[in-house]
Amino acid sequence: MSEAVYIIGAGIHPFGRTEGRSGREQGVYAVREALKDAGLDWPDIECAYGGSAAAGNADIMVNELGLTSLPFTNVANGCATGGSALASAQQAIASGMYDLALATGFDKHPRGAFNANPADYGLPEWYGQTGMMLTTQFFALKIQRYMQLHGISRETLGRVAEKAFRNGTKTPHAWRRSPIDLETIMNAPMINDPLTKYMFCSPSEGGVALILASEKKMRELGADGVKISKVAIKTRPPDSFEVFQAGVSIKEGGKPTELASKAAFEGAGIGPEDIDVAQLQDTESGAEIMHMAENGFCEHGDQEKWLAEGYTEIGGKLPVNTDGGCIACGEPVGASGLRQVYENVEQLRGRGGERQVPGNPKTAYSHVYGAPGLSGVAILER
Amino acid sequence: MSARLPIDPELWSDGPEPHLMGGKMPSGEIVFPMPQGDAARDVEPYKLSRTGRLWSWTSQDFRPKEPYEGPSEGPHDFKSYLVGYVELPGEVIVESLIVGATLEELELGMPMVFTLTPFNNTFDTYAFRPLQAEERQAA
Repeated sequence: MSEAVYIIGAGIHPFGRTEGRSGREQGVYAVREALKDAGLDWPDIECAYGGSAAAGNADIMVNELGLTSLPFTNVANGCATGGSALASAQQAIASGMYDLALATGFDKHPRGAFNANPADYGLPEWYGQTGMMLTTQFFALKIQRYMQLHGISRETLGRVAEKAFRNGTKTPHAWRRSPIDLETIMNAPMINDPLTKYMFCSPSEGGVALILASEKKMRELGADGVKISKVAIKTRPPDSFEVFQAGVSIKEGGKPTELASKAAFEGAGIGPEDIDVAQLQDTESGAEIMHMAENGFCEHGDQEKWLAEGYTEIGGKLPVNTDGGCIACGEPVGASGLRQVYENVEQLRGRGGERQVPGNPKTAYSHVYGAPGLSGVAILER
Repeated sequence: MSARLPIDPELWSDGPEPHLMGGKMPSGEIVFPMPQGDAARDVEPYKLSRTGRLWSWTSQDFRPKEPYEGPSEGPHDFKSYLVGYVELPGEVIVESLIVGATLEELELGMPMVFTLTPFNNTFDTYAFRPLQAEERQAA
């Protein structure tokens, strides 16, 4: 028996580049926005979980927010930092130990692609020295094979990016807010074939905060809550193909995204056909395409039709990445997964403004993927 | 022979026909690279097949940051290179630099063969290149 958990406050610091403001300050900004949204003050918060990949420890935020002696746990889970913070905060309330919890994530990365240290991932030095340890290469290698096997065209990759920039123009927290046409995207300099410059997201900056409450607390406060139906986080199963793998099994294994998706749907008691809006990890165009199928929304290869027919547009049958996703918002690693949940909270509360999904969406799905092969899925319901 | 050193002395076998070195797990599964340290316990060094088929590929069109070590000094003299995965039949799929081909020539499933290639002024590294038709007949 566990308590139902609701998100009653959501705050964001705009993504992109903010000179003169540290990653943690962007996180503090987001926490204050979330408190305001929930009608709470910092001393009301009973416990907190948060982290960043490159902008320092989250628990230092108490210096600015106030020394209320609350337990504040630092989360360091790469791309899943936000998802893990959310899962931890949810568990804290579901267990009945707390009634109000904070989940937060922020980051501030230098320009250009991420560079990883082989030793941090248990890999030999030559893997990095010879130029094979790049996340962008992995995404290109995965989509290149996928395109060959499932008949996905380069134009479909372009359409995903075009949609991202179009949605970004309607999103106050997005970084890229100008449209880019398909031709420009297709003819842009190649980064890793088949992916051009405009098909990739870039490391950026930003902060997100969510305030979670028990049902009892939500009612007591008269707050406007969105229910967390299920959060599922899964690390990779045997024989899977993941980022930073010098050797891959010849047996075709499972995928962490498929596992997390299945667990989330089972926990929520609904299926992919019941979802009204989805935020899927789109570190580049190919990822969004593959993740549509890995999360169960379509069959492998159907994405060609889905993109051509506009099924994933804001007015389509399953709007995907309504705020422009990682491609338009950039990827501050610690904040990115929580941005997806923030966007879903806004959509379910009907606060999406120009990018609002029509027809009062009732269910929302978010999915994050990262090194060394893990996925987090959160399903929200109104 | 070049005066360069192998980028890692245990990455491939010595001799005129070097093999990439993997490991054979107690379960019989073949892995690459050979595990190091405690993880290497009960894993036998295993000479991987010199030939396989192209499983996927891409180009690297910007100069990676550290720990990448060349051969270029900076963006001004950086040349794109090719990277791919080669499936070694019945063994394992290995990530590798791809040489001796242009991006346009690469196709899913094409036969590939192991080779050594100069990496920078100090080191040689391993790569795979397309197997030529006459080599296929000889093989």
